[in-house]
Amino acid sequence: MGELSRIWRESEHRYRLMGNKCGHCDMVFFPIRDVCPHCHRESIGKMKPVELSGKGEIVSFTIVHDTPPSFVRQRPYTLALIRLDEGPVLTGQIVDAEKDAVEIGKRVKSVFRKIGEDGKSGIIQYGYKFVLE
Amino acid sequence: MSNNVYVIGAGETKYGELWERSLRDLAVEAGLRAIENAGIYSKDIQILYGSNSLAGIINGQENIGSLIADFSGIAAQNIPAVRIEASSASGGAAVREAYLAIRSGEYDVAVVGGVEKMTDIFGNEVLDMMSSLLDREWEAFFGATPAALAAISARKYMKDFNVKKDALAMMSVNDHANASLNLNSHFKNKITLEQALNATPVAEPLNLMDCSPVTDGASALVMASESYMKKNRLSGVKIAASAISQDYLALHSRNSLYTLDSTKIAAKEAFKRSGLKPEDMSFVELHDSYSIYGLMELEDLGFAEKGKASTLVEDDIKINGRLPVNPSGGLKAKGNPLGATGVGQFVEAFLQLSGKADKRQVKDAKYGILQNMAGTGSTSVVHIVGGD
Ligand SMILES: [Zn+2]
Repeated sequence: MGELSRIWRESEHRYRLMGNKCGHCDMVFFPIRDVCPHCHRESIGKMKPVELSGKGEIVSFTIVHDTPPSFVRQRPYTLALIRLDEGPVLTGQIVDAEKDAVEIGKRVKSVFRKIGEDGKSGIIQYGYKFVLE
Repeated sequence: MSNNVYVIGAGETKYGELWERSLRDLAVEAGLRAIENAGIYSKDIQILYGSNSLAGIINGQENIGSLIADFSGIAAQNIPAVRIEASSASGGAAVREAYLAIRSGEYDVAVVGGVEKMTDIFGNEVLDMMSSLLDREWEAFFGATPAALAAISARKYMKDFNVKKDALAMMSVNDHANASLNLNSHFKNKITLEQALNATPVAEPLNLMDCSPVTDGASALVMASESYMKKNRLSGVKIAASAISQDYLALHSRNSLYTLDSTKIAAKEAFKRSGLKPEDMSFVELHDSYSIYGLMELEDLGFAEKGKASTLVEDDIKINGRLPVNPSGGLKAKGNPLGATGVGQFVEAFLQLSGKADKRQVKDAKYGILQNMAGTGSTSVVHIVGGD
């Protein structure tokens, strides 16, 4: 239903890791925000797009065994919170890593990969994942 | 006369996988039990709040307020009947709305009915629906589930505070022990620490015994103003304070992976408004949808310093301990029918504070604190009940 337009709408940010920056306090956000949660009205009209490096470190992670239908074929997968060098923390998978190689604090970089497939519409969704640096 | 608010009746269905029951008959059963328990008649109800999280996507049914009113037989009374939705904190949020409605003086009698019918969906499809309580586009899209994010918090917590997995498992052992004394609970079996530690992995380091089950069920309350209660010679349990707070939707946007700011702020507010302190509480009902949250919540409610809740899990949290936790059986073992969960905490508090909790009665129960939470902590509702 709304699936197709939702994926299309976010694709630029997911493909190129586009975030934005508050022109008032210089805080960087990902995903983009229309208003800075620290500066409120001072930030309106001052949020500037910024392309993120995709490099950062692992804040914490899990290995997911029990998955929704669209991720069954990837099971088990490693899901992490990653703090990008520019500041924002995001949620993403870590791939191509040896078992036990993933640890809190390790450096990672983003790669462009298939994320999941939608069983009903059959569309394949792309976006960022991370590999150990 | 004061505008204090009381719970004057409570009722619920069994919690569990109730394949043969529908959303509407669960809600009606709980509601009628609460009304009968309160000693009032349907015609006395002035406003109804339905509490539900996922009926729109699981059951294809919205308009829950009207559904409950209609099939409870009160449609022709033409009273307001609306649904309150705040994900898995819907129940606490609905009780709070009823509390505010009565406290304002606008209404004297309100019914809150929480219901969730989760087993209408088979297999892991329900996991996708439950992930709708996360940020769909920036968490769930990448493979996050509620359990996965709880596991991410758990790993960081265990590392930073050097806490062993045993401490998390003990929360589930305690829930099962208490649920074995509750006829309405989803699970009635006790579990050992070994069983809790060695179950099937769900999202490492969490396993099946760290996670609340997929539960059907309904819980309902009748609430009334003090003046109405006294005029009609009814009795009840006082709501001493009600507070709610909200935080960033996604876990990755929050200040901390293991401090629930929404719980901390709501708890502080509830203690301030009631003039009570953590040490005044006779028992706690926590939103332990995942075992790690039980530890984090004990800390954020003020019962232990950050990273130190593990010191309570050996003895203190037992029903006869210093700080009984989840006498109902908690979300892990009484069950977690999302929209009903927070209302169910009040059903337990009502029983405990009127001395009717049977084999799981907390001795000399005077005050209870109830914490109900949405998702990974985006909303928390904290109530303190009891006192004169
Ligand atoms: Zn700013």
